Amino acid sequence: MLAFLVQRISQAVLVMFVISVIAFAIQDGLGDPLQEMVGMSVSMEEREALREELGLNDSMVVQYLRFAGNALQGDLGNSYFYGKPTLEVIAEHLPATLELVIGASLIIMFLSVPIGVYAAIKPQAWLAKFFMGVSTVGISIPVFLTAIVLIQIYSIGITIEWFPEDTGWGRWLNGALTTEGGLPSYGRGDELTHLFGTWYSGFFSTDGIMHLVLPCVSLASIMLPLFIRLIRAEMMEVLQSDYIRYARAKGLSSVRINFLHALKNTMLPVITVGGVQVGVMVAYTILTETVFQWPGVGLMFLEAITRSDIPLIVAYLMVVGLIFVITNTLVDLVYGLVNPTVKLTGKKA
Amino acid sequence: MKKLLAALVGTMALATAPVALSAEATKELKMAYDADPVTLDIHEQLSGGILQLSHMSFDPLVRWTKDLGFEGRLAESWERVDDKTMRFKLREGVKFHSGNEFTTKDVKFTYDRLKESQDFKAIFQPFSGINVIDDYTFELVTSEPFPLLLNTATYIFPLDSQFYSGETADGKKKSAIVKHGNSFASDNLSGTGPFVVKSRQQGVRMEFERFSDYWDEESPGNVKKIVLTPIKENNTRVSALLSGGVDFIAPVPPTDLDRIKRDKNSELVTMSGTRIILFHMNQERVEAFKNPKVRQAVAYAINQEGIAAKIMKGFATPAAQMSPTGYQGHNESLKPRYDVKKAQQLMKEAGYEDGFTITMMAPNNRYVNDDKIAQAAAAMLARINIKVDLKTLPKAQYWPEYDNRSGDMMLIGWHADTEDSANFFEFLTFCPEAGSGAGQYNAGNYCNPEIDALVAKANVETDIEKRTAMLQEVEKRLYDDAAFVPLHWQDLAWASKKNVKIEPILNVMNFPFLGDLVIE
Repeated sequence: MLAFLVQRISQAVLVMFVISVIAFAIQDGLGDPLQEMVGMSVSMEEREALREELGLNDSMVVQYLRFAGNALQGDLGNSYFYGKPTLEVIAEHLPATLELVIGASLIIMFLSVPIGVYAAIKPQAWLAKFFMGVSTVGISIPVFLTAIVLIQIYSIGITIEWFPEDTGWGRWLNGALTTEGGLPSYGRGDELTHLFGTWYSGFFSTDGIMHLVLPCVSLASIMLPLFIRLIRAEMMEVLQSDYIRYARAKGLSSVRINFLHALKNTMLPVITVGGVQVGVMVAYTILTETVFQWPGVGLMFLEAITRSDIPLIVAYLMVVGLIFVITNTLVDLVYGLVNPTVKLTGKKA
Repeated sequence: MKKLLAALVGTMALATAPVALSAEATKELKMAYDADPVTLDIHEQLSGGILQLSHMSFDPLVRWTKDLGFEGRLAESWERVDDKTMRFKLREGVKFHSGNEFTTKDVKFTYDRLKESQDFKAIFQPFSGINVIDDYTFELVTSEPFPLLLNTATYIFPLDSQFYSGETADGKKKSAIVKHGNSFASDNLSGTGPFVVKSRQQGVRMEFERFSDYWDEESPGNVKKIVLTPIKENNTRVSALLSGGVDFIAPVPPTDLDRIKRDKNSELVTMSGTRIILFHMNQERVEAFKNPKVRQAVAYAINQEGIAAKIMKGFATPAAQMSPTGYQGHNESLKPRYDVKKAQQLMKEAGYEDGFTITMMAPNNRYVNDDKIAQAAAAMLARINIKVDLKTLPKAQYWPEYDNRSGDMMLIGWHADTEDSANFFEFLTFCPEAGSGAGQYNAGNYCNPEIDALVAKANVETDIEKRTAMLQEVEKRLYDDAAFVPLHWQDLAWASKKNVKIEPILNVMNFPFLGDLVIE
């Protein structure tokens, strides 16, 4: 166990190092940070002086060593745009992203399990086929398109007049398809509850939850089909196994068989995949946050790129790298605990 | 699922209804710009966002009116004492947000600070000093006769000298202008303007409240509270207005103009702007561009009206010169001259009938449709056998390339900080000279000392009629010489809910005077 943790921590350090080197190496391609800091009419000399002051004229190696020296003391530099330590900026934006991920995960959990199980138990039912069809469509639509459509329907509202208004059925169809809109389309709203530190939460007020609905649904829309399919496939496999057949022969009720015996074993691999996917979801938040002007780290990162705010870009990449390393380590630990035949360090026992 | 969401939407509508009513009673304005101010220190950066903030929380000595005239704000009156001196009389009884009384000492403090500011010192370079006469009278002195004195005075937004003097708890000077990192002035603000900054979460939201002791009691403005949210994504900004999430947005992307026009609850205001979009033809890199006939051929080959109509969807005014209408240098006689036959003829005369190959560079996220404009221009040049190798880049990478003059033709948009024609010439067509900074953005390397001398003469000419004639002549000569290829002036667009009367407070400089905004 200890050996495993030591191995993981050294891996994490290596990952951080590689990320920081890569981030530093690409900074030349990201453009000139000065462009966002001075007006167009500022003279070349003034720019040169500022560049010198920021240390941008030093060679890449010198700049990296300076950065690494500070980083070892926990200082990842100051953001050019925010004028504050980058870690502080990230800490301010991270809660918004985490709430988005939590909200989307909840939606995924509460929808994927029942739908997946249903589709596995009754694979031939038309409803099951419908869910599988919809999930194929869902998996192939990019998240920003989903988001824009959701905003149009539930935020702005649409008026449908395709059917003849003078017939009863036409009026009914028009009415049924027309939406009023009204859901907030951007930001987190005004009523945030302060939890601790930089964490202001939207989960504790109606307004906050209303603001969460559309972004979370959009974000969930990419992962939901994946999980439905995963649960369905796993469940179908488990249902074929001997112990389930034995349970049936024994005459246990199908509810007990499906939800107690089969589901338990289905969920094992799902949890593993889920843990890894949370990390992937953090990456997907970049798109979702842009469309909904959600003030999280994804949006912050994208804006940092357009502004060539290099210290913030480097710090973000390192923090996200750290999140990936931590979630993967946790998943491995949990897996090891659940399934004792897995050896953490890969050595012979 | 659908029912569930419908029910959700229903309860939502019920829940928000009372809130909407009370918002109207207190006249709260929710607005969304594409960005929020980078800092609260209005001398840290010269940019549109900072000037918009300046007009909300500060007042200038004088400000531009809709028709590009001047209107006194903190300056009650002004008169020329001699060629080089202008005497200003200040409004009395004006208070800063901090409660301090506003007098000439604050003007002096602000003037000195502007002279220090990296971004503003160039604009204030013609000034040689300020003479304080008494608490409410002072004189601005220039080293040469300076016709643009009032234009420049629109940049003097007096700061609260007492508030910005002294040291912070950790021993830093409060008046320091720091480009990056935290300074006192970048987080704290005290001006005389209509709105006090209540809270600010950079990049997320900013709240303003009307200043209870605001001096301008005749202002019709009835907005008590402003919430500014930066929404960078065009689509999201428009959706926020259409869904009722905000009351006022700017800018409106050209692709959504029709959508807003169709919406019965929204109002759209557009205006022909003052930012010129143009191409430079680099004579140092391409031998052929040294020949005026080739340059003219390029100018004849580019269809400005086509670009404005098809690519900009009418959201631009085709240009044949740099100065927009209303500027002294604007020369009515110059018209776009699209004529492919003529262009081919000129190429033939110049001995380039078979054409040549050039590189072209343009940004792809700086100006409206900038990359598409460049693509269209490249296609148009193919018709006179100029093959274009086009490269478009994000702005952060484009400007370093621009500074290196990496392309044979490069696109740039320019807005004159002084709202005056001479500024265009100084930056875009003056003979490039590293020391003085003349022609800093002249990527064509076009150089005509005679024209430069004429502009220099106009710059010390205080007789408006004479000056106008000079500047118009400059435009004419640049046109004849085809020093560059002008494309269009980018239009401006704002949109609001019907009850928010934005039209009277908007202007071509894009500083909405929100203090005077009326919400019905």
